[in-house]
Amino acid sequence: MSEADVIALDQHRRATRGAARCGAPTAAGRPCRNRAGPSGWCRVHEPESRNEQPDEPAEPEGSPESAAGGTSRRGAEAHPARGSRTRSRSERGTATSGRAAVERFDRITPPAARRRSAAARPPWEPAPLPRPQRAADPAREPAEHPGEAGAVGATADAGDRQPQTLPPYPFGDAGSWQEAVGDALAFLRRRLTGEYAVDPLGFDPDLTEQIMLPLARPLYRDWWRVRTLGAQRVPPAGEGALVVANHAGTLPFDAIMTKLALHDEHPDHRHLRELAADLALRTPVVGHLARKSGDTLAHEHDAEWMLRNGDVVGVWPEGYKGIGKRYRDRYKLQRFGRGGFVQVALRTGAPIVPTAIVGSEEIYPMIGDVRVLARLLGTPYFPVTWTFPWLGPLGLIPLPSRWIIEFGEPIDTSGYGPEAADDAMLVFELTDRVRDTIQQMLYRNLMGRRSVFL
Amino acid sequence: MAQQRRRILITGISGTLAGELARRLEQDERVEHLVGLDSRQPRGDLERTELVRADLRHPLIAKVLATHRIDTLVHLALVSTPSQVGGRSRMKDHNVIGAMQLLAAAQRARTVQSVVLRSTTAVYGSHPTSPGLIREDAAIDDERRGGLTHDVVEVERYARDLRRQRPDIRLGVLRFASVIGPSIDSVLTRYLALPVVPTALGYDPRLQLCHQDDAVAVLHRATIDQVPGTYNVAGPGVVYLSQALRRLGRPAAGVPPALARPVAWAAKRAADLDLAEDQLPFLQFGRVGDITRLRETFGYEPRASTAEALESFAATGRVRPLIDAENAARFERTLRGLLPAPPTTTGPTESAATTTASTTTAAPAPGASP
Repeated sequence: MSEADVIALDQHRRATRGAARCGAPTAAGRPCRNRAGPSGWCRVHEPESRNEQPDEPAEPEGSPESAAGGTSRRGAEAHPARGSRTRSRSERGTATSGRAAVERFDRITPPAARRRSAAARPPWEPAPLPRPQRAADPAREPAEHPGEAGAVGATADAGDRQPQTLPPYPFGDAGSWQEAVGDALAFLRRRLTGEYAVDPLGFDPDLTEQIMLPLARPLYRDWWRVRTLGAQRVPPAGEGALVVANHAGTLPFDAIMTKLALHDEHPDHRHLRELAADLALRTPVVGHLARKSGDTLAHEHDAEWMLRNGDVVGVWPEGYKGIGKRYRDRYKLQRFGRGGFVQVALRTGAPIVPTAIVGSEEIYPMIGDVRVLARLLGTPYFPVTWTFPWLGPLGLIPLPSRWIIEFGEPIDTSGYGPEAADDAMLVFELTDRVRDTIQQMLYRNLMGRRSVFL
Repeated sequence: MAQQRRRILITGISGTLAGELARRLEQDERVEHLVGLDSRQPRGDLERTELVRADLRHPLIAKVLATHRIDTLVHLALVSTPSQVGGRSRMKDHNVIGAMQLLAAAQRARTVQSVVLRSTTAVYGSHPTSPGLIREDAAIDDERRGGLTHDVVEVERYARDLRRQRPDIRLGVLRFASVIGPSIDSVLTRYLALPVVPTALGYDPRLQLCHQDDAVAVLHRATIDQVPGTYNVAGPGVVYLSQALRRLGRPAAGVPPALARPVAWAAKRAADLDLAEDQLPFLQFGRVGDITRLRETFGYEPRASTAEALESFAATGRVRPLIDAENAARFERTLRGLLPAPPTTTGPTESAATTTASTTTAAPAPGASP
């Protein structure tokens, strides 16, 4: 029933405008808006279609295409419950239909990269239902739930490289309070005498690890109860990678949470170096704190420098269009910029890690945008939510949605060579592929969650 | 060409860097003849250098170039603050018109093979839309100009015009970050030495510094080897302004942007410190050049990092620290001594109990509510 969510893509909605609709109840409680067939139901909700075998003639098992397809396509094969979806999509015959997409990915994936990624990639699994008790447990040991370990994306190929648990408040990792006070004193002395190192872009690991990340940790653990999947898919320390994620939520809390997720859940506690808008860097206080936490301007030179330096770079290609979108457009990826991030990845040969953040789109449900005020304040949008600005400062409290951050399978770009960055068509196709992958991951994790808040 | 001995003209010879460079070139046997030009008397004791006292805008320059058969022109006369020459319009005359006349003379002089131009990273301006590490080929936005930035952009443009008119001339443009060192007296050094340093409230720019020895070494190499191209010259790494002040032990006072002008005016009156208005964005956003090209193409590895350059300035004793590292360490030891001994000494079981207790309290089972 919940498959209807998946089908409800933009263009499909447009196509059904004015036509008879299916109307079957969906997981979200709304009637299904797909175009109705002769039976009165859409293809998904048609009774015989739902009972059919998942295997499709459009995609023969074991063919090279199926091995090389994107994560989403492989997922459709591996998971029988999604067979009906595969079928309805491939039959629809739109530009993004399954077969065509698989072939296109196949064409642009170099053979060497294909073999490597096919061997390294674990079979696709749906994100499991969030478990309240586990999400609350900071240790999140897979051994506790051995039966489930295989199904959890985060633990499937983690092996023994589990990150150590990090303390929930500043200086909490000391053995006793005396040591904690001692650590705090040492930290204060370093701050007072300037004896700490920053990198050329202004990243201050001392401040970030001791103060900024611990301050964000309660939000991560207790408010949004973030569940992070696949952090170990991000390459180990010293290897550059480009994390590309969806952007939402009016204020960039998703960026902070992703930074914390990668730091806390990655075996090497990697820092995510985010590419920020100049608006953030120009804002007093926020600007220099962002720089100190490792962010810099979203500029290809900076991104390239960090990737060559072996950092994980985080980019939100939707930009303002994504973060400032209305509540009704939630989880619909917006335009992905001009593909600058793909060019940078191609030039440096860094893998692209598609990342889906579920939950961030509900923290500030934006129902309106006061353009006049936005222009006056010089911001890209002025949000009106259910609580802001009606409740004043209280309206700034974000809703406690439950989050899932999933780091996807890295897309290898080293096989194309740096010259490929000038191939506009390839850049376009790779951008599309990343966008598609993130959109599919979003839908999958949305289907897996029980409710927005629990 | 490589073994030809150089005949060099240095403008702005009274400056600190120019003096150092001239002393270094005097030692170098690849230099045949050295002429220093300035409207002021040079401070150092130069032996081989023939000094010409003239303004850059004087028509005599063309004659100097011709009679001394100059092949390498090193243009170091760049005024960075209005108070040095008495007003912004005179500063502009000196920088822009002076450079224009000098480069015009160089264009006419057939003997000139190479021009080394001192520029600064101020050419990029200070803006939040600049990348964190600015490369030499970064687009320079006309709207950001003002003051020194404007002058430097203009001077570089004249230099490029010269290059177009005389393709045989090798043009080296060196964009220095703030040069600092034991014998440098600049706006930045005076600023850092203020009793209470006014900073832009809510902003913390990154500073990129260049040690004076590195600056002179780069100038020397560009002059002798006639390396063409544009390069950012600075020490590797950065320090935040707040960090620099703490390392120097100076107290900072955040000034809201609305009060920036009165404070700048007061600083000019009280401390003879010329915080020109166009440099105020520098205290908000800073600017940091990418020195990859200096290292890889120019082939120079700076000996002092930004932090070391700052250290060398602090070591001269011109800035008296309010809080120094030793005091802070002693204070920390005292405070630590006041703490009761941690319970780890009593036995492993108890310490383990405290750790588990602290971790359990640390994660106060929020999942219990849903």
